[in-house]
Amino acid sequence: MEDKDVKKESQNHTDVKIESGNSGDPRIIAFVCNWCTYSGADLAGTSRMKYSDNVRVIKLPCTGRIDPLFIVEAFKKGAKGVLVSGCHPGDCHYTSGNYHSRRKYATFRDLLGYLGVDLDRVEFSWVSASEGNKWVSIINEFTDKIKSLPGKSTDIFTKK
Amino acid sequence: MARIGVFVCWCGSNIAGTVDVEKVREEAAKIPGVVSALDYKYMCSDPGQNSLRNIIKEKNLTGIVLAACSPHMHENTFRKAAAKEGLNPYFVEIANIREQVSWVHEDKERATAKAVDLMKMMVEKVKRDKPIEDVRVPLNKKALVIGGGIAGIQAALDIANGGVEVILVEKEPSIGGKMIQLDETFPTLDCSSCIMTPKMVEANQHPNIKLYTYSEVEDISGYIGNFKVKIKKKARSVVEKDCTGCGECWNACPMHKNIKSEFNVNLSERTAIYVPFPQAVPLVPVLDRSVCLHFKKGGKCQKCYDACGPKCINFDLQDEIIEETVGAIVASTGYDLMDTSMYGEYGYGKYKDVISGLQFERILSASGPTEGVIKRPSDGKTPQTIVFVQCVGSRDPEKGVPYCSKVCCMYTAKHAKLFAHKVHGSQSYVFYIDIRSTSKGYEEFVRSTMEQDGAIYLRGRVSKIYEDEGKLIVKGADTLSGNQVEIAADMVVLATGVIPKKGSDKLAQMLGISYDKYGFFTESHPKLRPAESSTAGIFLAGMAQGPRDIPESVVSGSAAASKILGLFSKNEYEVEGTIAGVNEATCVACFYCQRVCAYNAISRKEIKDRSGKLVKVVANVNPGLCTGCGACVNACFSKSIDVKGFMDDQIYAEIKALAI
Repeated sequence: MEDKDVKKESQNHTDVKIESGNSGDPRIIAFVCNWCTYSGADLAGTSRMKYSDNVRVIKLPCTGRIDPLFIVEAFKKGAKGVLVSGCHPGDCHYTSGNYHSRRKYATFRDLLGYLGVDLDRVEFSWVSASEGNKWVSIINEFTDKIKSLPGKSTDIFTKK
Repeated sequence: MARIGVFVCWCGSNIAGTVDVEKVREEAAKIPGVVSALDYKYMCSDPGQNSLRNIIKEKNLTGIVLAACSPHMHENTFRKAAAKEGLNPYFVEIANIREQVSWVHEDKERATAKAVDLMKMMVEKVKRDKPIEDVRVPLNKKALVIGGGIAGIQAALDIANGGVEVILVEKEPSIGGKMIQLDETFPTLDCSSCIMTPKMVEANQHPNIKLYTYSEVEDISGYIGNFKVKIKKKARSVVEKDCTGCGECWNACPMHKNIKSEFNVNLSERTAIYVPFPQAVPLVPVLDRSVCLHFKKGGKCQKCYDACGPKCINFDLQDEIIEETVGAIVASTGYDLMDTSMYGEYGYGKYKDVISGLQFERILSASGPTEGVIKRPSDGKTPQTIVFVQCVGSRDPEKGVPYCSKVCCMYTAKHAKLFAHKVHGSQSYVFYIDIRSTSKGYEEFVRSTMEQDGAIYLRGRVSKIYEDEGKLIVKGADTLSGNQVEIAADMVVLATGVIPKKGSDKLAQMLGISYDKYGFFTESHPKLRPAESSTAGIFLAGMAQGPRDIPESVVSGSAAASKILGLFSKNEYEVEGTIAGVNEATCVACFYCQRVCAYNAISRKEIKDRSGKLVKVVANVNPGLCTGCGACVNACFSKSIDVKGFMDDQIYAEIKALAI
């Protein structure tokens, strides 16, 4: 593929139309930080814990790097639930990134509601590198919750 | 043109047992831009890495994706292998299909679908990777040590002995810190000044150490390898190089009453021109202008000047600002003792014979106000009964601080022991919550204080101390016997809690290092990086980090020194290249990025044309300070800043790869 094509493609990402997914098997996207939650998810793996497979993890250096528009984009691309997870308050590898994230999230939630997203579909949590079990329960509970919600609530992004 | 190679690892049956690796490989081969897809039993093995390297060469790959174990396991392994074939190591992406797929899911079909998704995301990410070069920062091989207590002195000596120049800055007129105020040290009872003074002298005479006493760090800017430091050398009113330390000046000073000696913790007086203690290093007096008659009465008194042989007293000396450039810094500012005024029921400040532990140290000391003879401050009589109260301020979340000050159990045992040794037939009582004596020889020391020296330990708190017919009546609880006790004492010694040095929070802000809610400096990692601060190039030592005793302070000073010598063993400091970068063409200089940056890594940069006219101001990222967290990226309204390795278009491409 031409580099030019790559660029064009990424510029056009907003125009891609997405079919509404099957609400029985919802896609969940988790934006997690590299240091705490990603390691916590790894720990769940090394401990051979089992959890729901609907989640797809996108790793970032810090929750402070998570642009609220990533969340909008995730819904736009058919995600039925979005999870943001990072280090516990006070534990941020980068001192204060999780505080920036928390503040941004508090404001952004209202905006998401305004856009028509059911706020039950967005979750914010802290999972440390030692909390493999917490990661497992958050994913399982969040997946169950998304499955139980009526299917159409992210349609704002699929109508064009 | 993107030429991507995808390598799917079986990890024996660890991945292949739950994920259909062939299916993942087949799906990879279908993605535009993927020119090679392969699955192999163990990608991390030598043959695995060799096949990876061969394919990079054969197919002239521009990027590789490994669908394998967590990047925290083998990202570096594969980056190194790629680099060996001349591929930029940051063109390697890992799809984590072991820890986050095969080990946590059981349904093979669904696990395989997830593995394919993760692989696709990484292919889209690697297509958009940009070459990243690690940043090299030149190092000025000179160190600054802030605080000349035992930790700072140890750090300075170790660095200097390693052949590196050190600047040691001390706020007080002499180095030595709190340790030089102590009498004897637990658990060996060797005299503090006997072991401390030689170190102070060594630091002063060391050819690699430049000592600034009665000086403060005024400003620090820059970053690892290149800190610009401004040191304020306060006017001493004495020309240091000419002074012989003879003492004629302070003997001539008429102000010998009503000025409390800081060194003796208000138990004696000093003159306006003074050395804090006879073994001060440097042995050069300081003229305290706030109390000196010359300065208070318009220049009339100059008795010290007249008495001075070498005529080195100069009333006109001004504060001096010294600028230095250093590559690394040790912050070892030490501690203060808590103000005990909130314990009004103990009568500290009201009853002369209720004193602090540090005051008792001065009373015990041969160079102290009583020349080592235990006399009580009120009438100079030798006390026969002393009550020691532990945890005054410490472990008291309501009135004081919740943490343990760590040294009080041991120094109280030492006080009781020395009291028994010096005043035969005397009796001491110790009120305690718990006895914490965990280092080598400590428990034995406390035991012998109880068993051989007859100190009576009472587990409980003191509720009230009051004076009655020349005695101090101490009312407290003995929780082990369940009785209220009342002791008539001649003197009471309070083991006051330890707090960070006043102003250490301001210093931390200046240095850009973090500190906890009490003001103690925070380590980069409490277990694995205890000598490092959160800012590269700044190291921590001594009580400024939290309560610790002398051996621990010495260890931490040496640890900081060894970190600095290690850093300076190379000519450049290498920083991972995954840091932020500014698009100067679109930056509008709002500096929101600067506000969110926890590392002071963003500064203003002026762009000028050839004639030197200012064209525009933009944000500039300092590679020595940036850690690549990406907080600035989200703060930027004009989308002019991005973090390499986690660029916006990469994240959007990953999300898109997941579209249903």
